[in-house]
Amino acid sequence: MCKYLTFILISILFLNLSCNSGSGSDQKVINFWAMGAEGESVRKLLPEFEKEHPDIRINIQMIPWNAAQEKLITAYAGNNTPDACQLGNTWIPQFAALEAIENLDSFITKSKSVSKENFFEGIWETNRIDESIYGIPWYVDTRVLFYRKDILKSAGYSDPPKDWEELYDASKKIKGLYKKGEEKYAIYIPTNEWANFVIFGLQLGSTILKNENSYGDFSGKKFKEAFDYLIRFHKEDLSPIGITQVTNIYQALADSFVAMYISGPWHVPEFKKWMTGDLKDKWSTAPLPGPHDSIGLSLAGGSSTVIFKDSENKEEVWKFIEFLSRPRTQAELYKLVNDLPAVKSAWEDSTLQNDEYLNAFYLQLHHVIPTPKIPEWEQIVFSKLQNYIEIGARGSMTSEEALKTLDREVNQVLEKRRWLLGKN
Amino acid sequence: MNGKKISHKRYKPFASAAYLFLTPALGSILVFFFIPVIAAFAMSFTDFDIYSLGDWTKARFIGIKNYINLFEDPLFWISLKNTFYYVLAATPISIAVSLGAAILLNSKLIKLKGIFRLTYFIPVITTLVAVAIVWRFIYHPRFGILNYLLEIFGINGVDWLGDPNWAMPAIILMAVWKNFGYNMIIFIAGLQNIPEYLYEASVIEGANGWQQFKSITIPMLAPTTFFISIITMIGFFQLFAEPYVMTQGGPLNKTLSIVQYMYHEGFRWWNMGYSASIAFVLFFIIFAGTLIQFKIQKTREL
Repeated sequence: MCKYLTFILISILFLNLSCNSGSGSDQKVINFWAMGAEGESVRKLLPEFEKEHPDIRINIQMIPWNAAQEKLITAYAGNNTPDACQLGNTWIPQFAALEAIENLDSFITKSKSVSKENFFEGIWETNRIDESIYGIPWYVDTRVLFYRKDILKSAGYSDPPKDWEELYDASKKIKGLYKKGEEKYAIYIPTNEWANFVIFGLQLGSTILKNENSYGDFSGKKFKEAFDYLIRFHKEDLSPIGITQVTNIYQALADSFVAMYISGPWHVPEFKKWMTGDLKDKWSTAPLPGPHDSIGLSLAGGSSTVIFKDSENKEEVWKFIEFLSRPRTQAELYKLVNDLPAVKSAWEDSTLQNDEYLNAFYLQLHHVIPTPKIPEWEQIVFSKLQNYIEIGARGSMTSEEALKTLDREVNQVLEKRRWLLGKN
Repeated sequence: MNGKKISHKRYKPFASAAYLFLTPALGSILVFFFIPVIAAFAMSFTDFDIYSLGDWTKARFIGIKNYINLFEDPLFWISLKNTFYYVLAATPISIAVSLGAAILLNSKLIKLKGIFRLTYFIPVITTLVAVAIVWRFIYHPRFGILNYLLEIFGINGVDWLGDPNWAMPAIILMAVWKNFGYNMIIFIAGLQNIPEYLYEASVIEGANGWQQFKSITIPMLAPTTFFISIITMIGFFQLFAEPYVMTQGGPLNKTLSIVQYMYHEGFRWWNMGYSASIAFVLFFIIFAGTLIQFKIQKTREL
């Protein structure tokens, strides 16, 4: 008993000492939460910053992606938020609605180095809620077409498909290369992923939601057309319908199980790693085909850095954000974890310039658009839309029925939002 | 009778001391169990959600609307149906398998009992997530060992986790495999408590193995079986990790369990009020299930 008591007393003493040393000196400590790979690697960027700002110490805390949102919201509920953190840009609406994160407008006006023009426009837009900016883009991702050059070539396409018609036609021709009943497909459009469906809807000009994002517009003409276009690939056996058949997309492309796949930059290093030997030169990336012979829109994804309202060191955090937004730091981050720079001029770095797979992303990033910026968005796409994609693709309901039911459920989710809009 | 009264009196002065000793335990039960349960119950009558986390005035008291919505929610019924399917299929299978394994391991003819016991128990102590990932490989339609074995016997393989009709049986199979070891140990303990003389007497009377099993083993194991069936049922009603790791509730929501649905609503979409109402419906279902089993047990005893 006595031993424990001494132990506790000593720990308390140490705790006090360490607290004192923190506030006693002039050094300010910034708690920064970073996720996944960035959490591991952002540390390596710090020495340069801390050399320039000896009075600021950045304390990085790593949190895993799949627990990130839960941890941040519980931290907020417990008044225990960090000073700043990395935030997936689709989460910004949620944290802005919680009034947990700071409006950055005044910082941006004062800043010499951070301004809207430096960033890809669509990406910058994801950080705007109403008229204010709540996050500064850190790195970006968007989805492009990954394809097998040799298979497309044998199907008569020496260039990747440029528009919807070519995409469908190429898929038909690829399927035609194989024997009837053979388990080979042209493209993999997962039925448990909302992204492709939203992308193709946005390409046709659907706003996905309507009336200030307070009602679903999935059964609207434009979205329905995109939906029908995509599930046709499943219905005509051009895309596998089960999701467990492809547990490993590299394997699927390497085995020519599928020849095309729409995905993000996270797959580039993986493909480089797995597509070796014969396959090394047989794959490439291309911007998404649009509805009519031009680059189609894609999603403006990525992460931003945000400052929490409760932070006492906002000025210091801002200095750190400015540091992260420098073209050189941005290119450095790419070299560490392959995160694509959000700052346009960072792409002039030779490592990025010389990578043949990245050009498609650079082109695509000029054609990206944010998804509706409301806190309910993730629930709508993950729990509602994805459901009806599978139902539609399997034909358990007609697409009209499926999308109407989807709208009804989405409208129920948005009931609270309508109430809040009416209240203001 | 008299003796009891005296003892009551004699111990009375100590009662306050006893309560004093109980206070820490009761206090923590109150703080960490009753208060959260009451708060959750109250929350199930509001539309507490992500907007309300920031500013609680944005939560509305909506009476039993959550419960009404719940009963109109197709996903709730789907998840309820799936959960019942799972419980009703997996509980008897799991009990039968563990009883079978226990009887085999209790037999005098078996050697190396310790090794078998350990082997059968290993799945129970292995992390579920790791096990689920291994089973995902076993079930893989193209590279999985299960389809490979089926093909040897000339049976065409199935996309186990991708086929709406096979996903739940696949999960049941895995869950039974994962859990039977635990019940098996309890059954072995129960079997060892059956006095040997009953079997000896029955042998003298000329009973065969099946008759022994039916008239001695089963009745003597009844309390154990009752305990196991309740614990297994309650455990199975809380199906979560298996579909969470293996299928995420798919395909076509055929493996979405009610706890998984509750988790999604509460901690992914932050509809805490709605999620709380699901929790209470689940609580009443388990409660009712336990009551029914108690009733059955009582009538059997009579």
